[in-house]
Amino acid sequence: MMVRIFTALMALMMTATLSLAQQGPLRIEITEGVIEPLPFATPNFVAENGSSAEMGAQLARVVAADLQNTGLFREIPAKAYISNVTDFGSAIQYPDWKAINAQALVTGAVNVSGNNLTVKFRLYDTFSGAELGNGLQFQGTTEGWRRMAHKVSDAVYSRITGEGGYFDSRVVFVSETGPKNKRQKRLAVMDSDGAGVKYLTDSRSLVLAPRFSPTGDRVLYTSYETGFPRIYVLDVGSVQRRVLESGEGSISFAPRFSPNGQTVVYSQATGSNTDIYTMDIASGRSTRLTSAPSIETAPSYSPDGNRIVFESDRSGAQQLYIMSANGGDAKRISFGQGRYGTPVWSPRGDLIAFTKQSKGRFHIGVMRVDGSEERLLTASFLDEGPTWSPNGRVIMFHRETQGAGGRSTLYSVDITGRNLRPVRTPEGGSDPSWSPLQK
Amino acid sequence: MKLTTKVILMMGALSMAACTNAGKLGGGAGDGAFDPNAAENSGVIMGSVSDPTSNAYFQQAVGDRVMFEVDQSSLTAVGRATLDSQATWLLTNADYTAIIEGHADEQGTREYNIALGNRRADVARSYLVSKGVPSSRMQIVSYGKERPIEICSEEACYAKNRRAVTLLAGGLTG
Repeated sequence: MMVRIFTALMALMMTATLSLAQQGPLRIEITEGVIEPLPFATPNFVAENGSSAEMGAQLARVVAADLQNTGLFREIPAKAYISNVTDFGSAIQYPDWKAINAQALVTGAVNVSGNNLTVKFRLYDTFSGAELGNGLQFQGTTEGWRRMAHKVSDAVYSRITGEGGYFDSRVVFVSETGPKNKRQKRLAVMDSDGAGVKYLTDSRSLVLAPRFSPTGDRVLYTSYETGFPRIYVLDVGSVQRRVLESGEGSISFAPRFSPNGQTVVYSQATGSNTDIYTMDIASGRSTRLTSAPSIETAPSYSPDGNRIVFESDRSGAQQLYIMSANGGDAKRISFGQGRYGTPVWSPRGDLIAFTKQSKGRFHIGVMRVDGSEERLLTASFLDEGPTWSPNGRVIMFHRETQGAGGRSTLYSVDITGRNLRPVRTPEGGSDPSWSPLQK
Repeated sequence: MKLTTKVILMMGALSMAACTNAGKLGGGAGDGAFDPNAAENSGVIMGSVSDPTSNAYFQQAVGDRVMFEVDQSSLTAVGRATLDSQATWLLTNADYTAIIEGHADEQGTREYNIALGNRRADVARSYLVSKGVPSSRMQIVSYGKERPIEICSEEACYAKNRRAVTLLAGGLTG
């Protein structure tokens, strides 16, 4: 199955080209789709004092895993090393690294002093025999060591691809247990690599579709706490939550923050009609943006906050539309066969990710904002709910398997359709929402 | 962790109560007995099916649910007949209030299915209102695809999951 999807995707994509510069500077062009991952080495970070050795090894492992999981890099195992890095400041033996084909070399040093952690790193292009960018130093607490590793990974990724990083970010999602007819759901947050899972709610009330605020400090979600779907805003640090009041006798769901974090766009159903509204979080004042008798839902802001993409069945089936953030006329952008839902605007502004249903299958896809260049990235019994990495290069979503034993799992995939992989979580997972890069 | 265990145990207890149809009527919409995680087990005790004023009678003799076609929210002839019976029963047993739950099968995205389930619940409510049941006695809610009763991924199961269920949420004890 995987092979078939992969073949189909490759056919869909333009000819993928490999752009590993062995003559010129070390560089991966992600947009072209990389076929051969770039080989790199990350020796254990050098311990600058006696208590740092274990930390040095752990940091290197996290950096290596980050890079390798992108599918763009391939780690050369330590047992292949000819020389090792035992002194962060000494000259690199380039021929030793070239000989084992480690085109990129990441070196680091670590100093643990009580709860304080200092991490330094350098990146080398071994074929050019030169350092790529300058060495960097991060300082923090030992508790935050994984974040420091992710910051190193982000710098390495960014220097080699020319794109922003995404490792030092978090994902809020719904953690699921139990069979379909008795499923228990609770909100959870984790690092983007699946580590450090923390639960934000218990599973007494059904919770759906958490969405991070633009600064990653708050989460909007839908809960059936009162017996009816209502939108809540939760502070990630304190886990305090409050309901956002909506109209009497109505249900509200599908919330997302505006890019400035001050407004929520959401769906409210009154009678049989579901429309899109915004609410000013501070004042609670709401504004209705759509008024068609059809279903309008799943709204998502453009990164500049000027427009909203949403789904509507006004044409007879779910399709994607874009309107001004103040409402008014909407322009349909999806015209392919099948039904389109859950549109999400890329943080770069150039693409819309969506869920597509066609011929009994579900797909995660992307299209340009004008609806052109639609590409389907995945296919399965049920793929749903894309969310963008902070750099707009990776999409996370959930996949539910078929039948009585059906279970939901988080997956990630590149926007080229490559590197489809499950994101490991302690329980089942659904409805992921990626935070921005952490400061 | 303890909490989760408790919730599961509680749900188990509710399911068993629903199966055995034991006891007298009790509970109500306003007392917190409605457990959102136990959809269709509203906490209202069933009563005996031989008692025509009981919840059990409503569920089994009158028929508490109407079914829908794929991605549709219009009532079928069978659905209208069931709602006619529900209206008659609700007008006779004026002490009850009701929550109408709309549901969808798993063939759809989460948000859309909530909106679709809401449409189905509202269609059922509107029909009951047209037959004279005061709208003040009814509330609607949608669970979208979150609360299937059948779990296979085939039309036989989907057909049972595309439903609007009238849950009695109040009533006199005894």
